[in-house]
Amino acid sequence: MDALIAQLQRQFRDYTISLYQQGFLDDQFTELKKLQDDGSPDFVAEVLTLFFEDCVKLISNMARALDKTTGTVDFSQVGASVHQLKGSSSSVGAKRVKALCVSFKEYCEAKNYEGCVRCLQQVDIEYKALKTKLQDMFNLEKQIIQAGGRVPQVDIN
Amino acid sequence: MAEVLLPRKMEIPNDPSKFGSPDPLHVLAVDDSHVDRKFIERLLRVSSCKVTVVDSATRALQYLGLDVEEKSVGFEDLKVNLIMTDYSMPGMTGYELLKKIKESSAFRQVPVVIMSSENILPRIDRCLEEGAEDFLLKPVKLSDVKRLRDSLMKVEDLSFTKSIQKRELETENVYPVHSQLKRAKI
Repeated sequence: MDALIAQLQRQFRDYTISLYQQGFLDDQFTELKKLQDDGSPDFVAEVLTLFFEDCVKLISNMARALDKTTGTVDFSQVGASVHQLKGSSSSVGAKRVKALCVSFKEYCEAKNYEGCVRCLQQVDIEYKALKTKLQDMFNLEKQIIQAGGRVPQVDIN
Repeated sequence: MAEVLLPRKMEIPNDPSKFGSPDPLHVLAVDDSHVDRKFIERLLRVSSCKVTVVDSATRALQYLGLDVEEKSVGFEDLKVNLIMTDYSMPGMTGYELLKKIKESSAFRQVPVVIMSSENILPRIDRCLEEGAEDFLLKPVKLSDVKRLRDSLMKVEDLSFTKSIQKRELETENVYPVHSQLKRAKI
């Protein structure tokens, strides 16, 4: 069992580091993990769940605001949703999503329709990719615990 | 013949902590973002604060009893040590909330901290001019919260210390001549 735990822990460590190296996560995610403890073991998962719910809601708002069939596009409305998504992504350490929101905001301010539509598509892809990666990471954590081990602290630096 | 005042049985220990430690700081946090509410709540809990979280400035005013026009007084018995509010919120902004709090008699002394994801100097200036205690850039750090808590605890300790000293003075009035009680060293 110990060999299994050690292997799972190695996998978890490598996977986590890769998420940072590939730019999915930044320091803020590390800060979230620091706030988790035995008393609140699901804190990070709970916050990320709220974040992904936000993504769905806000992206839907953006899509609606960018829908030309309903009339002229209100770029300030799009921008308001982008601003909120930028805030949430910043708070959870979702680095790529946040970076996209920065570009997206600029396109809104420039009232660049094609740019906005492109960003909308990218942000949708990006949050879904992050969601999948984090689900895999949480699954590894679960497996470690089920095997009787502890989830190691991963030192990113 | 003078009335002998029977002394009440009053135990004044030398150790002031036997009065009980000061209550934890009660922080009211205001943010329209669900993610940020969860985050700030955790930061505050980890820093040993009691937390009340609301999702809008309107709800904050309701909580404080400042929502009714005639009652710009507020709930006098409600103990809030710190208010932390997001700046950009739909409806009433954190800035407008700050102004309302500073206009109220019950809560104008309560420090209000503004949080914002945007580092806009005129915004910061405006808030500080209106009486904000501090302006924090989001995402808020644990060190920010600890710093706030520590500076507020000093104020609380000071008033707690004063309440012990007041209690001692009152005790001396009960034992005017026979005050053999040692003053607690604080």
